[in-house]
Amino acid sequence: MRADLDLIKEWVEPGSRVLDLCCGDGELLHHLQNHKNASGYGLEIGPENITACIRKGVNVIEKDIEEGLASIKDNTFDTVIMTQAIQIMMRPDEIVDEMLRIGKECIVTFPNFGHWRARGYLAFRGKMPVSKFLPYTWYNTPNTHFCTFKDFERLCVERNIYIMERTVVDNEHQHRWWIHLWPNMLGEIAIYRITK
Amino acid sequence: MPAVIPEDSVGIVEPQKIEFNQPLQLQCGRVLNNYHLMVETYGELNANRSNAILICHALSGNHHVAGYHSADDKKPGWWDSAIGPGKAIDTNKFFVIGLNNLGGCHGSSGPNQINPETGKPFGPDFPIVTVNDWVESQARLADYFGIDQFAAIIGGSLGGMQALQWSINYPDRLRHCMVIAAAPKLSAQNIAFNEVARQAISQDSQFYNGHYYEQDEVPRVGLMLARMLGHITYLSDDGMRSKFGRELRAGQISYDFTPQFEVESYLRYQGERFSTTFDANTYLLMTKALDYFDPAAATEGDLPAILQQARAKFMVISFTTDWRFSPERSREIVDALVEADKQVSYAEIEAAHGHDAFLIPIPRYLDVFSAYMQRVEADTQALSDKENH
Repeated sequence: MRADLDLIKEWVEPGSRVLDLCCGDGELLHHLQNHKNASGYGLEIGPENITACIRKGVNVIEKDIEEGLASIKDNTFDTVIMTQAIQIMMRPDEIVDEMLRIGKECIVTFPNFGHWRARGYLAFRGKMPVSKFLPYTWYNTPNTHFCTFKDFERLCVERNIYIMERTVVDNEHQHRWWIHLWPNMLGEIAIYRITK
Repeated sequence: MPAVIPEDSVGIVEPQKIEFNQPLQLQCGRVLNNYHLMVETYGELNANRSNAILICHALSGNHHVAGYHSADDKKPGWWDSAIGPGKAIDTNKFFVIGLNNLGGCHGSSGPNQINPETGKPFGPDFPIVTVNDWVESQARLADYFGIDQFAAIIGGSLGGMQALQWSINYPDRLRHCMVIAAAPKLSAQNIAFNEVARQAISQDSQFYNGHYYEQDEVPRVGLMLARMLGHITYLSDDGMRSKFGRELRAGQISYDFTPQFEVESYLRYQGERFSTTFDANTYLLMTKALDYFDPAAATEGDLPAILQQARAKFMVISFTTDWRFSPERSREIVDALVEADKQVSYAEIEAAHGHDAFLIPIPRYLDVFSAYMQRVEADTQALSDKENH
């Protein structure tokens, strides 16, 4: 199981109604159904992922979330989750606003572009970073809006978004004590729990 | 029929006529004292009668869903691509029922059947039937087979509307509801198409106000026009372009009114064939049932409110080029189910075939379908395990 799912699980109340944006193959929802008695849906656009969700018994709705979530009423869900997808959105700020409108609280994870490896790559090689963790070149990447932890937290301040909790991990979603010494430099993924 | 029946076919099948003598109160106010339904079944009903699947047919459909009626049959049943041993709806695991709805023209009580009270065909005197009436008659069909709860009720187009109505009228009698290429109610444009089709039929000089049986006539031209119009709306612009383009039959334009483009002769052929196999009065009835379908009318248009009653798990499927019942219409159903906090999955299948795509074995469609049916099977198995303990 992906380690971040274990971390996210801790922030989801038992019996919650959950919406997972860009839910992939439904692993997180499947996990939350089995371990937290959660219900809800995943939104996804990948055909193989949709079939995988259905096969798992995860409710999945084919939807391009960039087209908006207007059909969903305010506060429909206890928790709205988006893991590792905010950086591929055309307007991450609007998505976060929408998530907070339809969910009482939200969980967001994204790769940290402020990590020392990305900084070093750009500083010393003068090229956009390409690594196992960020395996795309600049012209074919789905990631249109990279940010650092600092950038995201600044957005939260500007929009009056309250950060309830934050966990910073490495690219294997493992806690390392030293990451907390300088998270924006040493952390690769942050998991934020936010609310309005 | 192919020279050898494929292994994944249900093979040669035989319809059965089932009589019902308990009066059926119809939504229009009239009562059918006796009626019969033409039915086909495939697979075996299991010991606790938990593996039954009801297939609801669309506008011009009938009970012959899969397999062949005889060795001379050129075509199998209308959904043979989805039903059979090892297919998406696996007849090794499920007991599948297909029926011809009330008002149909393929053996169930309908306009072309003899009215027992007069000894003549019902004709236009056959009452207007609605999706609600069909659900009621299908529930009695379930009783006949001793089925308390269907593993799934599945339908495309008008069939999907029946499945949706089932989930509202009999929430405890189905575990899964599959609504394919359907809508929560018809749009004005949909109703307009239906009205043109009805006018084509009723204005035909051979229609005789629906009493054409006694004249030994058929309003063939009207039926043909109705079907041609319908057919255009079931295909997509792209689909027609790739199938026919502006191909000419004789290779050159002849500057007269004979059919010259391939698409013209195709439509005429389809229309003429249809006019020999389908009953005009039934076409009028079925299009009316479509027009009247509106489950949310009971809650003043509030679809989520009426769907609160449902207990089934839903699978909704639409097709990108379907403009008769576009993906937006399916999304209305999905949004309402989400608002009503129901279990629902939704897939929008990329397809060039328009509304007709729901009958075509598109690989992704079959993948999604099979994946969902595995879920239906798992739930059926879990129920059996529970009951056996």
